[in-house]
Formats: sequence, structure tokens, C-alpha cells
Amino acid sequence: MTSNVVSAAYIVSAVFFVLSLAGLSKHESAKEGNAYGVTGMVIALGATIWLVLSRSEHALVTLLLIALAMGIGAAIGLWRARKVEMTQMPELVAMLHSFVGLAAVLVGLNSHLTVGDAADTIHSVEVFLGVFIGAVTLTGSVVAFLKLSARIPSTPLMLPARHWLNLAALVVSALLLLWFVQSHSVVPLILMTLIALAFGWHLVASIGGGDMPVVVSMLNSYSGWAAAAAGFMLGNDLLIVTGALVGASGAILSWIMCRAMNRSFVSVIAGGFGQEVSLADDRDYGEHREITAEAAADLLRDASSVIITPGYGMAVAQAQYPVAELTKRLRDRGVDVRFGIHPVAGRLPGHMNVLLAEAKVPYDIVLEMDEVNDDFPSTDVVLVIGANDTVNPAAAEDPTSPIAGMPVLQVWNAHDVIVFKRSMATGYAGVQNPLFFRENSQMLFGDAKQRVDDILTAL
Amino acid sequence: MRIGVPLESLAGETRVAATPRTVEQLIDLGYAVFVESGAGHLSTFEDAAYVAAGADIVGEDVWNTDVLLKINAPSEPELARLRAGQTIVSPLSPALRPELVAALAERGVTALAMDAVPRISRAQSLDVLSSMANIGGYRAVIEAAHEFGSLFTGQVTAAGKVPPAKVLVIGAGVAGLSAIGTAGSLGAVVRAFDARSEVAEQVESMGAQFLRIDVEDTGPSADGYAKETGEDFNAKAAELYAAQAADVDIVITTALIPGRPAPRLLDEAMVASMKPGSVIVDMAAANGGNVAGSVADQKVVTANGVTILGYTDLPARLPTQASQLFGTNLVNLLKLVTPEKDGQLTLDLDDPVQRGMTVVREGEVLWPPPPVQVSAAPAAGAAGAGAAGAGAVGAAGAKEPAKPRDPRLKYLWMALGALVFALVASASPAVFLGHFTVFALAVIVGFYVISNVSHALHTPLMAETNAISGIIVVGGLLQIDSDNLLVKTLGFLAILVASINIFGGFAVTGRMLEMFRKD
Repeated sequence: MTSNVVSAAYIVSAVFFVLSLAGLSKHESAKEGNAYGVTGMVIALGATIWLVLSRSEHALVTLLLIALAMGIGAAIGLWRARKVEMTQMPELVAMLHSFVGLAAVLVGLNSHLTVGDAADTIHSVEVFLGVFIGAVTLTGSVVAFLKLSARIPSTPLMLPARHWLNLAALVVSALLLLWFVQSHSVVPLILMTLIALAFGWHLVASIGGGDMPVVVSMLNSYSGWAAAAAGFMLGNDLLIVTGALVGASGAILSWIMCRAMNRSFVSVIAGGFGQEVSLADDRDYGEHREITAEAAADLLRDASSVIITPGYGMAVAQAQYPVAELTKRLRDRGVDVRFGIHPVAGRLPGHMNVLLAEAKVPYDIVLEMDEVNDDFPSTDVVLVIGANDTVNPAAAEDPTSPIAGMPVLQVWNAHDVIVFKRSMATGYAGVQNPLFFRENSQMLFGDAKQRVDDILTAL
Repeated sequence: MRIGVPLESLAGETRVAATPRTVEQLIDLGYAVFVESGAGHLSTFEDAAYVAAGADIVGEDVWNTDVLLKINAPSEPELARLRAGQTIVSPLSPALRPELVAALAERGVTALAMDAVPRISRAQSLDVLSSMANIGGYRAVIEAAHEFGSLFTGQVTAAGKVPPAKVLVIGAGVAGLSAIGTAGSLGAVVRAFDARSEVAEQVESMGAQFLRIDVEDTGPSADGYAKETGEDFNAKAAELYAAQAADVDIVITTALIPGRPAPRLLDEAMVASMKPGSVIVDMAAANGGNVAGSVADQKVVTANGVTILGYTDLPARLPTQASQLFGTNLVNLLKLVTPEKDGQLTLDLDDPVQRGMTVVREGEVLWPPPPVQVSAAPAAGAAGAGAAGAGAVGAAGAKEPAKPRDPRLKYLWMALGALVFALVASASPAVFLGHFTVFALAVIVGFYVISNVSHALHTPLMAETNAISGIIVVGGLLQIDSDNLLVKTLGFLAILVASINIFGGFAVTGRMLEMFRKD
């Protein structure tokens, strides 16, 4: 009887999880979606704890242990969630992925320890795969976390023969799988775990900072597959369904990010973008022109439509608050202000949207690239804040450019373009940006936050 | 070094070579700036404004400074005040006035001609011909509208229908494009013609109709300026002008060939064929005029009532803005020749821009410069087109579309996959297959559900999936009851870390969603 009720509870909570993700597809239903997710989780946890306690011989001890573990976890989780800056969201998300990976490794090891020699082949394979994916997710996410929080440099690690190293790791793991299935010994499992940990580390270490949106979504996907693998080994459909949902979600996000960069998933994962491109070409792009904050304020004052295209630089400079203030002031003057967000702007899918939302920019004026691209020709002023590759005309016009074919925000079609930038350095792709030398663009050098503040003062 | 900004002595000149705003920029470059008293008065820049910007107001002493910035070439009395070692920057028309170049050399000065800037994109920011032509084109339309007895824009009113004015602009350089834009925004029907057929795109992007004639065109010129045209072409063009003259209300001619007299575009017969009340603005009147009967600086009304305006001071009729643009061009030049920003003017004659402008260096005549073969025309149309605000080059698909793969290959892979799966399945227990069914269906549901998520919500989505992937806690919960201490401990840890995900993920998702608000 108990197990039937628990199964029913699992089905209900699986439905809630699907509803939760479906709800998150629109702003209007997003909060409801989060509530569905919480509900599904409560039902699933309640049912599982009840099942465990009803079987247990020392119910009270078990209950206390569970309460203690969840209590500590909840305290850490809630504390991080409250405290995190929105600019640090990529780090938090990466860190949370690593926990799923760790849990998958632990559950996998445990599953092997509990079943032991009685395991059949399929169970061994499940355990092995679950631990492998979990371990890769764990170290991969830790590196991503370290890179995103700038604790280690975000430049790609270029080991010689790195592709061969990766391949060797996979081949050795496959051989260890055969050993494990034959022997049921814990040794190959531990060996494989170590290899997988190193593999995950190396995989993400060789990918540069600008590709992090893809990496984070990829790790999101892995964490899902790890949960699904745990579901297989435990024979638990709820874990399988949830893991599959999360895995599919991460895979789609990765695919969207790759498409937005016009790169294949494999080339991103293989790492090291822009390294083989010669950084300095001798082409005469002409002279760029500078503008002062006062002159920029004058342009904005006379404009009737303005589009702001932020990039990672806005997050770095923490400029979202002055930008929001600027938006508010201009809108109060009757200027039509909108935001154009490139899918890979920032270090996390949708990162810019969250930053702007944090600064209280209404989400209905924050538009996607495809929604604003046709409007640039009728726009008076475009403010490019901390973006570079995502507004590079070379992607659309120069077939020899390394980023040719990447969809970009066509800001150069606007009447005036003001580019906020710290220097004339190139962006992540290491490609010079002809936008800066266009007739209608002017550069406003310096810290983006400081410069936007100057414009606010001048207004 | 000291920069001097004299009061312009030319009759009717209203502009000044520096405004309070450009004075600040000059001071930032390390220069001391001296402005002659009253220099900016006619451009509505009073002495006090210059003082506020950091300049000193002086009298005749302005001629004792090291660098002189002027709007017009120096006059005879002004030449006499120059002394060796000084630098003078102004338009000098070196090709048309060799005697002026000789006089400058005789005084032992260095002379930079602002109207001899090579037409390369890098030098656009110091090209006064472009910036003044832009203003002149605007003003030409305003002058024409002032003389014209009717409206530019067509209207249907209770008192009857007003037809729109028809405007023909000949010569689609910077001035022509500016005139096209201005006339268009006043509501007129605008047509334009230029010997260089490559400007058609720019004209059309400004909303005007580009008139074409059926002849081999003259092609882009290497130095970016228009060239003289061939006989056959001229005959065809004359036919076109004759046909248009009888039809249009306003004609604006801007045809100038550097260093030559302006080409004659409209003859007496064409002017005579125009409707009474029509207006012609001849922007080339200073160089002899494009139109028969135009007189420099004069308004002429012909026998059949056609007004011909030959004003040569069109930019000076908008002195405030013209001074600002001219001043900014000068600042850009000084930025170029003051690389260290230390207030020391240093000429680099290896730079084609500086070489082209330097007519005289310390008494040595350097005119004419070697030809600069860098054309603005083929450079993606960006330089020339951008000047007039056109330049919508469009996002041409840069890469060729990937060759579609053979569909049979796809089916082959599918069949192969199905076969492999059948092999695995035949060796698996039934329970596994049940789970696998659930898995496959869940993946498909996941793909469809997530595909609809809007980009803006990707970050909350990731946090939410983080939270629900914490469901792996179920694994830990089922294992913590084990009798094996190691298993118990690992289970405990698994529950702990997974709980961080569950609570942290849901909380941060909630926090983010709270922030999203509609206007």
C-alpha cells in the first residue's frame, strides 16, 4: 500500500515539475511556475521521507539525521540565495551544478556499496555512468565557478595534445567499465571517478570566459543527466523524469547559445576560440572619434528613440543601476527607450535580463535581438554599453572575419551610436570591431558606470 | 604652444574658427588659446564665454601666437602680419591660388590647408569641405523655400489641394545629399542626379529618386571627388536637365570639380523653360556657377520670373553651428598633429593626411602632394555613405548556407540507432525497459516545454532546474537508513548538498522573479 501511494506521489510531483518549467516560459506565469516546482518538491520529499521512515527500524534516528542534513543544506542554500549579487548569478548557478554532480557521485558510490556483488550488469553500467557524469559535472562546475568568480584567470588552458588527452580519458574509462562489470570491484569505480574528475576539470579549463554561457548550460544539462542516471540505478522514475527534464533544458539552452554565436557545440567544447586567429591585422579601419559625456547627454536629450545594447562589460562595471536611472529619466522626458539583448550577452543565458530587472527596468522594454534588429534604422541613438562582438558589423559584412555569420545586433544602422568602452581593445573573439570606426559611431572611454553617471549629471 | 583665433576680416563672414567648446578641447591638448575680442560675436559666442572656457581675450596680439586658426584664407594685410615660424591653418585653395601659396612661402610660415584633406575615411573627421557642404546643402533648401511662393509639402485642405514641390538636386556629394534630406523632410518630391552612378544607393536611401541616363558611367574616382565627364555623357545629361527643368519647381546644383571652374549644367534655354516662380540655387556660384545667369553672392530674377540664388556664404548663414563644426574639424586636426597631447604641434609628413594638407612648411612649398590612392568609394560604401547618414549596407548572409545533407543518411543513422538499442534491450531486464520508456518520453516533453521559454527568463529557468535537479536527494534519503556506516555517511552528505540546491535554487528563482516587473 505504502509503495503505491509513494508512486502516486511521485507521478504527481513529476507533473508539477513539468508544469513548473512550462510556467517559466512566460513572465506572467513564471512565479506560478516556481510555486509549482516547490509544491512538486514538497510532495516528493514528503512521500520519500514517509517511505524511508515506515521501513526504518530506527525511525527517530533516521528522521533526526535527515532533518540535520537538510537543515544544514537549507541554511547554506537560503543564505547564498539571499546574499548573492545578481552580477554573481553565473557563479551561483555553476556552484549549484557542482552540488548535483557531487550528490550524483555519492549516491552512485552508495548504490554500489549497498547492492555489492549481487548487482547485475545493467545496474553496474548505470552506476558507472551515473558516477562518471556526476564527477565530470562536479569538477567542470567548480572550474566554471572559479573562472566566473575570477578566482582563476578565464583564459583557456591550452595543454599540448589536449584533444588526445580527452580521448584517452574516455577510452580508459570505457576499459574500466568492462573491468567493473566483470569484477564488481570498487577499484575500477574509484579509478574512473578520479579520471572523470580530471576530465571535467580539463574540459572546462580549456574553454574561455566568453563561451561560459554555453558551458554553464552544458553543465546544467549534465547535472540533469546525472540525476537521471541516479534514477536508473535506484529504479526511481521520479529521478529519471526530473533528470531528463533538466538535461533536455540544459541541452536546449546550449543549442540556443551556440546558434547565437554561429558555432557548433563541438567547437565550443573543444575550446580555445580565437586563439589561432591573428589578433592584429593591418587593415586601415580609419580613425575613431571620441565624445564627451556632455555631448552624449546632448544627443540623448534631442533623441526621440534610444536603444541600449548592454554586454558583459555592464555587469563588470556594475553599471545597471545608473543605466536604469538613465532609462527612467529619458522615459520621463518622453524618449522611447528600449533594450536590445543578444542571446550570449553576459556569462549566463538571460544574464542581462536579470541584471536589468534587478535595477527595476520594466521587462516589457527589454527585447531580444530579433525583436529590435529591424528597428535600428529608425533609431536616433544607440548606447553600446560593454558589448563588443555582439555588435560587430564584420559578422554580417565581412565573410573573412572569424565571426562571420554570427547573428549580431545591427546597431550601426542607427543614426548615432555611442560606444562605452574602457579602451580600444578587442572583445572575446579577438576580432577588431569596425563599428568603432564608422562615421556614425563615437567612443566614450572609461568605466561604464562612471560615464553613465556623468551623462546623468549632464542631463 | 599658443593658439590664436583672430576675428575674421572677410566681409560678410560670420563664423569663427573656435567656439567655447572647442577651446576647452584645445586646452586639453596642452595649448594656450588666445581669442581676438569680438571674434565670436556674430556666431553668438561672446568673449565672456571664451574666458569661461579658459581662453584669453586679446586684441591685435592674436597675430603673435604660434598657431593661427582661421575660417578664410589670409587677406593681403593679414599676410603681412605673419612671421617666420608661425603655423596657419585655414582653407587655402592651393590649386586655384598659386600666388597665395607663394606669398605664404615668402613669409616663411607653415601653412596647413583645411580644404586639401585627402578623402580617406581616416581623415573624414577633419574635412571642413564635408562639414561645411553639409550645412550649405541644408541652407540652400531653406533659401529656396524662402524664395519659393508655395509650400514644399503636399496637402489636401478645405480650401483645396496643394501639390508638393518638385525638387531636383544635381550632384549628390555631401551638400547634395544634405539638400536631398532637407527637401525630403520638408515634404517635397525630390529627384537627384549625379555623374557617379555608385551614389544611387545613397540617394535612394535618403528617400529621393535617382535619375539615370543610359550611358557608360564615369566610374568611381580614385581620390573620391567627381571628375570631369565625357562628351557623350554630357549630351545625354543635358537632355535630362532640359526635360527636368520644365517639370520641377526647385533646382539645386552642387557640381564642383576641385581645382577647375564649375561645370555648366543648365544653359539659358533650360532656365527659360522653367515655370515662373521657380527657384534655382547655384551652390557652385563662387567657382563660376553651374547655371547660366547666376552671379556670385547675388539673387537674380530672370525675365520669365525664375529666381537664381548664387549665395556663396551659405554655411556662414548658420554661423553658430557652422563654427562649431569647423572648430571641431580643427580640433581633430590638432589631435592628429599633437600625438603627445603636450601642446606641441609636430607634423609627420609620412602620414598621407598631414602630407596632403601641408602646403608650405617653414617657407618651403610642398604643394602639390603626391597622389593618395586610397579611395573612399569602394570601402564598403561606409565612409562616403556614412557622411550622409545612409550606409545601410544590410546584413548580407556572409556564409554560404551549409549544403543540405543527404536525407537518406539521416534514416540510416536512425535505423542504426534502433538496431543498437534493440540489441541492448534484448539483453536488459524488463524493469530497465520500463524506466527507459519513461526517460525517453520525459526528454521529449522536456524539449517541447523548454523550447517555449523566452530568452529573458533563461537565468531563472536555470536556477529552477538547479532546484529541481536537487531531487537527487531522494537517492540520499533512500540510502541514509542503511546499516553500513559508510553508506549512511555518504547518504548524509548527499542529502546535505542536494538540499543546498533545493532550497537555494527555489529561493533565488523566487528572488529573481520578484524583480521582473512590467511598466
